[in-house]
Amino acid sequence: MERIVTFLEMGGHAAYVWPALILTALVLTLLAVHSLRQLGAREAELATLERERPRRRRGQGGSGDDA
Amino acid sequence: MNLHFLANPTRFQRWAGAILPWVATLAALTLGLGLWLGLFVAPPDYQQGDTVRIMFVHVPSAWMGLFVYTGMASASAVALIWKHPLADVAAKASAPIGACFTFLALVTGSLWGKPMWGAWWVWDARLTSMLVLLFLYLGYMALWDAVEDPARAGKAAAILCLVGAVDIPVIKFSVDWWNTLHQPASVVRLGGPTIHASILVPLLTMIVGFTLYYLTVLIVRMRAELAARRVQALRQARVASRESTLAPEAG
Repeated sequence: MERIVTFLEMGGHAAYVWPALILTALVLTLLAVHSLRQLGAREAELATLERERPRRRRGQGGSGDDA
Repeated sequence: MNLHFLANPTRFQRWAGAILPWVATLAALTLGLGLWLGLFVAPPDYQQGDTVRIMFVHVPSAWMGLFVYTGMASASAVALIWKHPLADVAAKASAPIGACFTFLALVTGSLWGKPMWGAWWVWDARLTSMLVLLFLYLGYMALWDAVEDPARAGKAAAILCLVGAVDIPVIKFSVDWWNTLHQPASVVRLGGPTIHASILVPLLTMIVGFTLYYLTVLIVRMRAELAARRVQALRQARVASRESTLAPEAG
């Protein structure tokens, strides 16, 4: 127990060390979650649009004329 | 529809989907290992005590802020010169990630500066040039949002990105060119690192972890951007076909 308290105290610098680490974890997590949700939403929108398209099947890049 | 535009991105989507889970897993494992090494294995610094642990997130954030911008500038050059269809997608997808890294470098640096220098912020060369980098990121993102046509927005943003790249060497060498409060380079320098292995190893592990994290989020954001462009193309095609046939919409 005492070791845990000593560890958390960070030699008296807990007020600086922990906010730095927690903020980094928070920002990186939020960015990853936001990016994933954005991808999910756009792929869902794309799927709806492609389903609504009556003519033209999804061409599998069949033209083969890319330079 | 422009099939040339779709050719490369289609291949990218398939390739990116295959490697994404691997890169993401590797990023999580490396960051976990780096955090463990940094918190439990690395000793406190003999002068700075435990505040040195802030370095394990501060230095990787700052490096990534520079690295991502350098990558964006290279991608912008490729987009302007060769018009590679993925280059401006990569640059656009990178910007918010680089902005987050730069923001974290500034805030964690502030949290480290207060106990060590006695000030949250000083207007010295390293800190100010880093703040300019954050504004460059924000300006780049704002420019993309301000112009509707992706082709024109991409061109303007690429030029802004290349002009802003002058800040990168200024940041890197600011600690040598001017008297700053910030410490000089201690890892990438002639004559090798001056940091002891017990601190250097966790630091390098965190840097690898941050890079893998960047790649993970970059792939996700590039896929989202490609999906958004495809949605826009389909919408425009639908409007065009409705205008040309004048047929009633089937549903």
